[in-house]
Amino acid sequence: MSFSLFALQVLNGVEQGLLLFLVASGLTLVFGVLGVLNFAHGSFYMLGAYLAYWIAARTGSLLAAVLIGVPVMALLGLVVERLAIARLYKRDHLSQVLLTYGLVLLFNELQRALFGNDVHGVDTPTVLAFRIPLGSAQEWPAYRVFTAVACILVAAAMRQVILRTRFGMRVRAGASNAEMVEALGIDVRKLFSVLFSAGTALAALAGMLAAPLTTVYPGMGEGVLVLSFVVVVIGGIGSIKGAFLGALLVGLSDTFGKVLLPGFSSAMVYAVMAAVLLLRPRGLAG
Amino acid sequence: MSLSRRTFLGATAASFAAGRVFAASKAKIRIGLLLPYSGTYAALGNNITDAMKLVAGKLGNKLGGREIEWVAVDDESDPAKAPANVNKLISGEKVDILTGPVHSGVAMAMMQIVRQEKTLTIVTNAGAQAVTGQLCAPNVFRTSFSNWQTSYPCAEVMLKDGRKKAVLMFWNYSFGQESMAAFKEGYSKGGGTIVKEIAVPFPQTEFQANLSEIASLKPDAVFVFFAGAGAAKFVKDYADAGLRDKIPLYGSGFLTEGVLGAQGAAAEGIKTTLHYADSLDNGPNKKFRAAFKEATGREADVYAVAGHDTVHVLAQALDKVQGDTSAQKELIAALESVRLDSPRGPFRFSKAHNPIQNIYLRQVKGGKETVIGIAQKEAEDPAFGCAMVK
Repeated sequence: MSFSLFALQVLNGVEQGLLLFLVASGLTLVFGVLGVLNFAHGSFYMLGAYLAYWIAARTGSLLAAVLIGVPVMALLGLVVERLAIARLYKRDHLSQVLLTYGLVLLFNELQRALFGNDVHGVDTPTVLAFRIPLGSAQEWPAYRVFTAVACILVAAAMRQVILRTRFGMRVRAGASNAEMVEALGIDVRKLFSVLFSAGTALAALAGMLAAPLTTVYPGMGEGVLVLSFVVVVIGGIGSIKGAFLGALLVGLSDTFGKVLLPGFSSAMVYAVMAAVLLLRPRGLAG
Repeated sequence: MSLSRRTFLGATAASFAAGRVFAASKAKIRIGLLLPYSGTYAALGNNITDAMKLVAGKLGNKLGGREIEWVAVDDESDPAKAPANVNKLISGEKVDILTGPVHSGVAMAMMQIVRQEKTLTIVTNAGAQAVTGQLCAPNVFRTSFSNWQTSYPCAEVMLKDGRKKAVLMFWNYSFGQESMAAFKEGYSKGGGTIVKEIAVPFPQTEFQANLSEIASLKPDAVFVFFAGAGAAKFVKDYADAGLRDKIPLYGSGFLTEGVLGAQGAAAEGIKTTLHYADSLDNGPNKKFRAAFKEATGREADVYAVAGHDTVHVLAQALDKVQGDTSAQKELIAALESVRLDSPRGPFRFSKAHNPIQNIYLRQVKGGKETVIGIAQKEAEDPAFGCAMVK
């Protein structure tokens, strides 16, 4: 592999990883702080993508879709948390899997009823519809650069919130010892609601940003969910930093697996996960 | 529909009159539909079914003088459930004729059973080679296509365009593999070289790494097999990577079929080969498309055409044997001699019971699939391993 191709593949892997980070960060927070194994997280990604398609088709603007769609999904997260997830905090993981898997089926049916089963394309915003030449042969769509930058900005903002604000402090405290936080008189119910809603919005935002890149199709949430779980396990449960490193690692190993070991590529990500677990059983940042 | 006593008496009298001639066959003819009505392929199953019922309606809901009774089972495109579903239709519902499925895995399971039970079977979509190849059987016909037919002719098209170095990229399951094998056969025969084969695990749709690889290999052209959501995404990614204007893309028609809207401008210029195109300029096609649109509100497609032809084929053959499905030998002979003016063009069965049909060369122009020629006239599947072909 020539150096330019190698550099290009690193770029591909990082870009793929960054988008994955947006989804996985919500999953890891909900798992780490709320203690809930949320299978429906991929559905929020899928719903975000469908909303982006639906709103963009009517307003002609992906930005409008994000501005309308993200609050809608945050609200949906709040409702789902109140109606369903809140009943799971004291239950074991099996009950959580059953209920959240039920939600997956529910959201899939909802998608079928509301949007149908067709594959839809979402146009990239016209300001970003140009391409940046990379090396001699390939070009990179500006929109991919934009999503990568947007993901980095979101990651930086999350870091600020978690390290510098009171809310972030509680989240960190919740991730390391939720019972203790409750014992100190902090209203964890409220903390949990806000956190779940934020996680939902993040997954939906990822779906919206990804919509022009991946097209919108039924079942798109499930694939992302599996990879996100891998990221959470690699990164260490409840750790944003871990999710960031894990997502990049998954993106890179998937990309290089495809080029170097094509027959083995779909197993590559899991091989990396197994290796990380052997060396650091609690994950990279655990 | 309610039946008044008078029409009921009339019908009874008529059937008594006819009874002497059709003693064995005055009962309704039961047609089994083994198709997906849920899951990824639901739209395909629905289009095949609606087209069949539409054509049957135009024929007075009768085949060979017998009223049609449909028995539909949702096969969920699940090969694991296929044996149970096929048995349900054959042993439980006692269908006279079995039709379907969409998914090749389901078709393979179905073949095992109908070869033993000798049920007359019409495969309405699945393109697996074995159906009219190694597993071919006198009682099994196919009205759709074989994977070979959709890909082999494209090799010659590419070579004619002067593209002698190609990269192949495909979803690594039987449909993709058979498409590639057929393409390679034609391409190497014509003097083309394959620079690299990229097998993508099904149903993965993250192509960026492979696109960078293609860009660095700089082939004359890329031949791909993807369908549905994967096809939509691949074509968009290919254009986004700036490859569309540098390295032309070719494929079997499933690359653009049904997903042209999602692909948008990215699909412009792509050449594909298939046994049908929406824009085919012939009478039966225009008539059928208009009727289908009116009946369902949807546009007809290659799947609907297979449904359309299935009923016409059955109608021709069953008329010849006066609807007597128990005379299977005569019925099979009648099916073998069917000639059809299909929306896809002239249609007849090969010795292996696969359609002999034109394969069209199509190109996306201005967001529409246009037919720019015939890639292979009256293409006949080679039917490798079929004992009925000598």
